[in-house]
Amino acid sequence: MNATLAVGGGLVLGVALPEKSGRSAAASIIRRAAGGSADTQLNAWLKIARDNSITVIVDRSEMGQGVYTALPTLIAEELHVDLDVIRIVAAPVGDAYNNPGNGGQITGTSNSIQDAWEKLRLAGAQARIMLTSAAAKQWRIDPSECRAVGGAIVNTRGKTLTYGALADAAAREAVPKDVPLKPRAEFKLIGKPRARIDTPGKVDGSAEFGLDVKLPGMLHAVLAQSPVLGGKVAALDSAAAERMPGVHKVMVTDGGVVVVADHFWQALKARDALHISWDPGANARLDNAAIGALLRKAAAAGDGLVARGDGNANEALKGAAKALQARYQLPLLAHATMEPMNCTADVKPDGCDLFVGTQVQQVAQMTAAAAAGLDPSKVRVFTTLLGGGFGRRLDIDFIPAAVLASKAVAAPVKIIWTREDDMTHDTYRPPALEDMYGAFDAAGRLTAVKLHVTSPSITERMFPPVKGVDDSVVEYAINFPYDVPNYLLCYSRQEIGIDVGYMRSVSHAPNCFAIESFVDELAAAAGKDPYEFRMALLQHKTRHQRVLKTAAERARWGQAPAGRHQGIAFMVGYTTHIAQVIEISIEAGEIKIHKITCVVDCGQMVNPKIVESQIESGIIFGLSAALWGEVTISEGKVQQTNFNNYRVLRGNELPLLDVQLLDSDETPGGIGEAAVAPVAPALCNALFRATGKRLRSLPIAPQARPT
Amino acid sequence: MVSLKVNGQTLDVDASPDTPLLWVLRDHLNMTGTKYGCGMALCGACTVHLDGTATRSCVLPLQAALGRSITTIEGLSKDRSHAVQKAWLEIDVPQCGYCQSGQIMSAAALLKSNPHPSDADIDAAMSGNICRCGTYTRIRQAIHRAAQLMDSSA
Repeated sequence: MNATLAVGGGLVLGVALPEKSGRSAAASIIRRAAGGSADTQLNAWLKIARDNSITVIVDRSEMGQGVYTALPTLIAEELHVDLDVIRIVAAPVGDAYNNPGNGGQITGTSNSIQDAWEKLRLAGAQARIMLTSAAAKQWRIDPSECRAVGGAIVNTRGKTLTYGALADAAAREAVPKDVPLKPRAEFKLIGKPRARIDTPGKVDGSAEFGLDVKLPGMLHAVLAQSPVLGGKVAALDSAAAERMPGVHKVMVTDGGVVVVADHFWQALKARDALHISWDPGANARLDNAAIGALLRKAAAAGDGLVARGDGNANEALKGAAKALQARYQLPLLAHATMEPMNCTADVKPDGCDLFVGTQVQQVAQMTAAAAAGLDPSKVRVFTTLLGGGFGRRLDIDFIPAAVLASKAVAAPVKIIWTREDDMTHDTYRPPALEDMYGAFDAAGRLTAVKLHVTSPSITERMFPPVKGVDDSVVEYAINFPYDVPNYLLCYSRQEIGIDVGYMRSVSHAPNCFAIESFVDELAAAAGKDPYEFRMALLQHKTRHQRVLKTAAERARWGQAPAGRHQGIAFMVGYTTHIAQVIEISIEAGEIKIHKITCVVDCGQMVNPKIVESQIESGIIFGLSAALWGEVTISEGKVQQTNFNNYRVLRGNELPLLDVQLLDSDETPGGIGEAAVAPVAPALCNALFRATGKRLRSLPIAPQARPT
Repeated sequence: MVSLKVNGQTLDVDASPDTPLLWVLRDHLNMTGTKYGCGMALCGACTVHLDGTATRSCVLPLQAALGRSITTIEGLSKDRSHAVQKAWLEIDVPQCGYCQSGQIMSAAALLKSNPHPSDADIDAAMSGNICRCGTYTRIRQAIHRAAQLMDSSA
């Protein structure tokens, strides 16, 4: 309501119309709340203040996938409040925030919703019941005479008590067990295409990413890292650098040489003035040829560990009437988040505050503690927004130098990696060899399929020990869906001397590239249409067939206009079922991608608008990788440095995207990564139909020229 | 010490003349809405308006910005009321959001000089702004929507 003085002298009350988007100013992200005394914490995820403001503590990191909206939606549904009134704050480190599916307080594996689906709804319902109980006691009536609506408890006599007035008393109520949750038909928020809570700050520049953190007295730092991966400082002459304007300190750490200055630009110029001799270490001669040779040698040494063995594929292959084999190769890839790596540390004698976009709060805490020489309990982690994660921020290599520098200068220090630092010192998506084998019997039935994966193991480095086969190298392949009596999936681990890391879809993309390309090759060998061939091998798999059939029909499979060619690919991963059809043409020797149709069954959706945006996001991410993604190493140094030599898709290069979300009553599946994987095989399958040429390695561009 | 005109205000800055405007804004003037993505004018995250023209601030030295009128995302409007911001909110464009200040500034500059851009016009004007989250479809929709909003309030 606005009050304005009318020209005639009376008071005119004007009503402010709500913004078209329906957002209120209350919906916002609280930065680094230390905890107001007026807040009552009802459970690990919910605080209610006297003034009835509701704060949801979000324990998963927001990197664009929408958890800052979807997770509060789950609580709000059962708390009977709208999203508009909720403020959110990032959770501190805490065991209550563990995701058992990931083994800790970790955002990844596309499983935040699966983890929270019942847990957060229950938390909201329990809080609602405790608030109701407290109101009923205050009114001396039965709770059945009360209901929760609009942030208050109302009784049958029309009396109201706000959640804020009840919060203290509610927190003292017993936490109810066996709380029924709303059935799907009663959802008011879940399943609706609501606007994201974090959008306002992202359109006015106020949203705080790691790179934006400011603390009083903060200094800026940059890190000079060994050009050869894994190298160390042998000698340092920092005299010139130390004399430059604004420079406070130059110091050697395990990760390289840190330059601390008043401002970032000063630190960067001082870094340029350093004279460093590097001991290149073991990777001085590493290049792609050497990596390839290591992988080929390992692949040739035997099957390795069995991850899945149905029947006896090796026998069936030997006795086959017709046998095929094909080797698929996947390159190293860079994450290339828009926000480069950075970390701000404020180390004091008795504690350390860490401000960082991290996907691993507990690991970040332990890393900072180790660097600062403190007990982990003395380290507070404040998670900012992430300017892209894609798995890069599961790593913590950008944390120690900030902590060491802050400790050394006794002031907060923000360390920023330049784009070049980031691209040449990534923990890359590992390369892989994918050896596929298939066999038909005399009657033309597919009797055996085998996939032998050879690649490094990320988990052995990041979350050891690994028992048996590393789950993260056999994704999709472990769920190979096609009806084949003999299926063998095996894995040979081969390290390549550099740190490799999880990247969006992890091994779903490589394995899906191999499997879905090879299924097309098998179909061709059998003289069958690739879509029909797949459907015949998915008998009785209702969800699989529904997704594949819907995609084929929506894309008008087999009815592409003259000059256009289609490729299809399917995947089940993250308990989500997904199919894509890509339609291309070849014009003057160049590939033109016209349309990508994607049909998804990901079970129940918390917010279908966010789900759709994640699918488009994954497709574009997968397309960039398929067309151009490749990291090359020469004499141990990564050759790609910036977006001029590591190409990613731009807005003017976007094909038409047509996404269909299938309705489902199943529990939610993951969607942040799934759409990445089918792109490359669908595209290569279309290319084969168009040119007769089968591409078995990525990226596509050096082998063909896309438009 | 030099004076810089930013978002309608004259502000004093003590930075070396070769400091890119991006870092003057972020580090010296505490305006962190303009982002760093590449440092080589390849990604567009640092886009500001220089006398109304979309400009990559990561390669514009402070010296070259003197006497010019600079607008950053913070100065595009009060309370997110610029047509582009309204459209961005309505269509819920951002995902991670890191590139979006640059996207919005590029879009606002486009619409100022071309109030009814075609898809091809949008492609040409926006191709310098990378989005790794892939919000391109909604960016294009929002630019068309912003053009409509500008029409209806004209």
